[in-house]
Amino acid sequence: MIPAIQRPTLTDIRWLLVSLGLVMALHVAHLALWVSAAIVMLGLWRYAIAIGKLDFPRLMILLPLTVLGGLGIMLTYHGLFGRDASVALLVIMLSLKLMETNSRRDFMLLTFLSYFLTTTAFLFNQSVVVGLVMLLPIICLTATLVGISHPNGSLGWRHPLRLSGIMLAQAAPVMLALFLLFPRVPGPLWGVPQDSYRGMTGLSDSMEPGNISQLSLSGAIAFRAEFKGEIPKLSQLYWRGPVLWHFDGRSWRMSSNRLNLPREMLRVQGAPTLYSVTLEPHNRNILLMLDMPTSLPSNALLTRDYQVQSREPVRTRIRYDVSSNLNYTLAARLDGHERELALQTIDGENPRAQALAEQWVSSGKSPEQIVQTALTMFREQPFSYTLSPPLLGANPIDDFLFNTRSGFCEHYASSFTYLMRAAGIPARVVTGYQGGEVNSVGNYLIVRQSDAHAWSEVWLEGRGWTRVDPTAAVSPLRIESGIAAALPESNALPILSRRDFPLLRKLYLSWDAVNNNWNQWVLGYDQQRQLDLLSRLAGNRLSWQDLTIGMMLAVGVIGLAIGLAMLRGKQIKTDKLQRLYAKFLSKLESAGIKRASHEGPLDFGQRAAARLPHKAQAISQISGLYADLRYGSKASAQALERLRNLIKGFKAS
Amino acid sequence: MAYALRLPDWKNLLRTARPSSAPAKLGRRYIYILPTRYGLMYAVVLIGMLVGAINYTLSLGFVLTFLLAALGNVAMLHTWRNLANLTITTGRMEPVFVGEDARFELIATDHSGRPRYAIAAHIADQAPAYADIAAFGQVKLLLTRPAKRRGWQQAGKITFFTEFPLGLFHAWSYVELDCRCLVYPHPAMPGLAVPSASAEGSTGAAESTGGDDDFAGLRTYQFGDSSRRVDWKASSREQGLMTKQFQGEAKLSLWLDWQLTPGHNVEQRISQLTRWVIDAHTANHNYGLRLPGVELPPANNDGHYHACLEALAILDTK
Repeated sequence: MIPAIQRPTLTDIRWLLVSLGLVMALHVAHLALWVSAAIVMLGLWRYAIAIGKLDFPRLMILLPLTVLGGLGIMLTYHGLFGRDASVALLVIMLSLKLMETNSRRDFMLLTFLSYFLTTTAFLFNQSVVVGLVMLLPIICLTATLVGISHPNGSLGWRHPLRLSGIMLAQAAPVMLALFLLFPRVPGPLWGVPQDSYRGMTGLSDSMEPGNISQLSLSGAIAFRAEFKGEIPKLSQLYWRGPVLWHFDGRSWRMSSNRLNLPREMLRVQGAPTLYSVTLEPHNRNILLMLDMPTSLPSNALLTRDYQVQSREPVRTRIRYDVSSNLNYTLAARLDGHERELALQTIDGENPRAQALAEQWVSSGKSPEQIVQTALTMFREQPFSYTLSPPLLGANPIDDFLFNTRSGFCEHYASSFTYLMRAAGIPARVVTGYQGGEVNSVGNYLIVRQSDAHAWSEVWLEGRGWTRVDPTAAVSPLRIESGIAAALPESNALPILSRRDFPLLRKLYLSWDAVNNNWNQWVLGYDQQRQLDLLSRLAGNRLSWQDLTIGMMLAVGVIGLAIGLAMLRGKQIKTDKLQRLYAKFLSKLESAGIKRASHEGPLDFGQRAAARLPHKAQAISQISGLYADLRYGSKASAQALERLRNLIKGFKAS
Repeated sequence: MAYALRLPDWKNLLRTARPSSAPAKLGRRYIYILPTRYGLMYAVVLIGMLVGAINYTLSLGFVLTFLLAALGNVAMLHTWRNLANLTITTGRMEPVFVGEDARFELIATDHSGRPRYAIAAHIADQAPAYADIAAFGQVKLLLTRPAKRRGWQQAGKITFFTEFPLGLFHAWSYVELDCRCLVYPHPAMPGLAVPSASAEGSTGAAESTGGDDDFAGLRTYQFGDSSRRVDWKASSREQGLMTKQFQGEAKLSLWLDWQLTPGHNVEQRISQLTRWVIDAHTANHNYGLRLPGVELPPANNDGHYHACLEALAILDTK
C-alpha cells in the first residue's frame, strides 16, 4: 500500500507544542502573567483537539479571542509597538494561530515564526546561559520540520530529533565561519523602541541623599577593566563620573552645558596607566575612566571638568582602550566665574554648618588646615557609615552633621563639599565608582553598581583641584578594601559582594571570567573587533570587501567538505567469508564464467563445473563448503581456513 | 489579434534519465533542486532576523541567524542526497479498463546504504505516491494515470521528487522507462444479451437456457460483472464483492463475431464485444472471438479472457 499525503500526525502536533512551549519559556520572565497563562491554556486546548477530546474552535470564537488578546496587550503594555508589547503580541498571536493549525503549511509557518520569536529573546538577555538554552527550542523546532516534511505517516519522535541534531551539528562550522567573517554593520539601522533599554541601572547625572546607597544594593556589574601591567592599588582607583557643581539644598547637579568656559589645564607626571574598559549598557552618556583621563575612547567627548562622555547613550556593551595618569595636577589657576560656581551655597539654609565653617575661617586656618579639620571631625566624632541612613529634615546638611551622623558616601561628600564652600574654599562633588574586585581567575577588575561612590574635589592654591574623600576618614576600609569590608554583614549588600563562602566566591569568579570572555568575544564582536582580529590573523589591514570574499570562500570550502563527507556512499559491509567467495567468483569470471544474480552457490557451482570439467572437483568442493559455512549450522574457524586454502590454490584456467 | 505570451516550458529543457534498458539510476546529472515556497519563506524570515540582529546589535541574533542559514544549506545537501543514486526499475503492470486508472508499478532501490524518506513519484499532474526506502532496500511505488483510450498506454515521463528532511528544498528527477499498461476497451452497458451458443459460427437469437437456476458458487467480482449477479448479501457481511456463478452456463459454446456485432461505429462495436466477453466469461460459457484479422477459438479460462480483451484493446481497424 502506498501512503499518500496525510494530515500532520499526533507526533507532529506534540513536536510542535513542545517546541513552541520551549520558545515561549525563553520569554516567560518578561511576559505579563495573564499572557503566560493564556499560552498554557491555548497549548492545552490544542492538545485536547489533537487527541480528539475537543473540536477546532470556530472563527466566531477565535476572532473575539484575537481581538481580546490584542486589547489586553494594549492595556497591559500601554501600546502595541514597544519591545515588550511587540513580543507579547507575537507570542499571543502565535498561540492563537495554533488553534487553527492543522495543515502542513500552517505547521511550517508556525515553525518559522517560532525561529523568529527565539531571536527576540535576545533583546532581553544575551548571557551564556541563554545562548546555550536557545539550542533546545531550535533543535525541537527543526525536529518538527523534519516530522512535517515526511507526509507519508509518522517518523516517530526519536528519528526527527536525531536528524535535527545531526543537521545542526553539520551546520555549526558554516555558522562559525559566517559569524567570524560576515561583515558587521554597526547598528542601529533605524530607531529602536524606547522601552528596549528600560531597567538598566547606573549612575545618574545628579546626586541626592539616598540614590547612591540605593545603587549600592545592586550586585549588577557596571563594567570590567583589564589593565596592561599591574592593577593599581584599590585605594587609587577612582572611576570618574559626573562632576556636580550646582547645589539646590538637597541635590547636586552638573553645571550647565551652555557655560562657555575653557577646559581646565591638566599636567601629568610619570607613566600613564593603560587599560581597557568593557562597560555594561546603562542608557546614559557617561563613560567611566580613572582620574585623570589622558587618552579618550574614539568618538568620545571630554567636558571642561574632565568627564568623559559618549555622543549616544550607551545602550549596548562597549569596550574602549584608554589610558589615564594617576599622578596629576588639574587647573593650577581658577578663573573668577569658575570660582563663583564652586562657591555657590544657599543663603539662610543650614545655619549651623555655615557657622562652623565661618568659625574655622575666623580662627585663621589656611585652606589646607580647614580641609584637615573637617576630615578630623568626621574621623573623631561619632560618624558612622551605613547603607540605610535615617531620613534627613529640612536642613539636610545641618541635620546630618549635627544630628543623625550616619550616612553613606553621598552624605559625606555632600556635607564636606558644603562645609568647604561655606569656608570659602572652591569645592565640587564627583560621583563615579571606587575600587572594584580583582578577579584572579581572569586577572581583571570587576566593578559593580555596589562600588558606586561620591567624593569631593577642593581647589587649593598651587595644587589645583585636589581629590578629598571624606568617606575615607569615616571608613578607611571602604576605600582600601571595598564596600564589603566596610559594612557590617547585617547590611543588605548583594550576596556576591560579601566575603563569606570562599568556595562559592571562587566558583562565582570563574563563572564571571567565562562571562567576561563571552562578552568580549561573542557579544562584543563588533565591526571594530572583527576587523582588528582578522587583520591580526591575516597580517595586514583588511577591508570589508576582503571579509566578504573570505566569507564566501570559507563557506564554500566548508560546505563542499561537508557535502563530500555526506555523499560518500556506504560500502556494503562484508564478512571474511563473503570476501573469500568473491575472490573465487572473480577467478571464475576471468575464465568467462559469471554468476547470474539469481544463481545460488550450489547451482552456480554445478554450472561452473560443467563448463570446466577438469576443475569440477575443486569447484564443487569450494561451493559446497561455502554453502555449508554460509547457511549451515556447523561453521568453524578450521572450515573457514580450509576454504581459504582451497580458494587460494584454485586456478580457473 | 492578440497573441498570448507563451514561454517555452523550461522544464522540458531539463535532462531526463532515459535508459535504453531498465534500471534507471537517478545519477547526479539528472537531479535538479530548487527552494520550495517554504524555503523562500524561511529565507525571508532569516533576512528579518538578520536585519533585527544588526539593528539591535544582537550578537546572539547573528549566531542564530547564521546557524539557521547554515542549516538551510545542510538541508539542501540532505534533500539532494535523499534522492541521489536511487535505482528505478519497472514492476508488473496489470491491465485496466478505459475509465479506470492505468497503474504503473515502479520499484525504487537504494544501493548507497542510506535510508531514504518521503520519496515521491508521479506521472504528469497526478497525485504523487510516497514511500520510504530502507538502506539497501527497495520499495514498490504504484503510479496511476487515468486510462482514457484503449490500447497500450505509456507511463511517459515520470517525476521522482523529495522535500525531506526540512521541506525547504524540492529535489526532482525525470525518468522515462519502457513502462506501459494495457488498457482494455470500455465495456458497453449491460443489456444486450450474449449471442447464444449454436453450431458453427452462427449467432442466433439470445436464447436463455434457464441455467440461471443452478447456482454453482461465488467468485470475486470483476469489473463489468452484472450488478444483478453480485452477491449483495455476501458484501453486506463485508466479505467483499462476489459474483454468483451458475451451473447451466458452463456448457454453452458460442462465437462473438465482429461482423455480427451491432453498433454505429468501431468503438461501439468494440465496447459491445468487450461487454459480451465479460458476460460470457462470467457466465462460464465457452466463447470464441472473431475480429478482423484475429480469431481466438472458443475456450473458457482466465488466459483466454485476457487474450480476448487484449485483442479488443489493440484492435486496429484502419
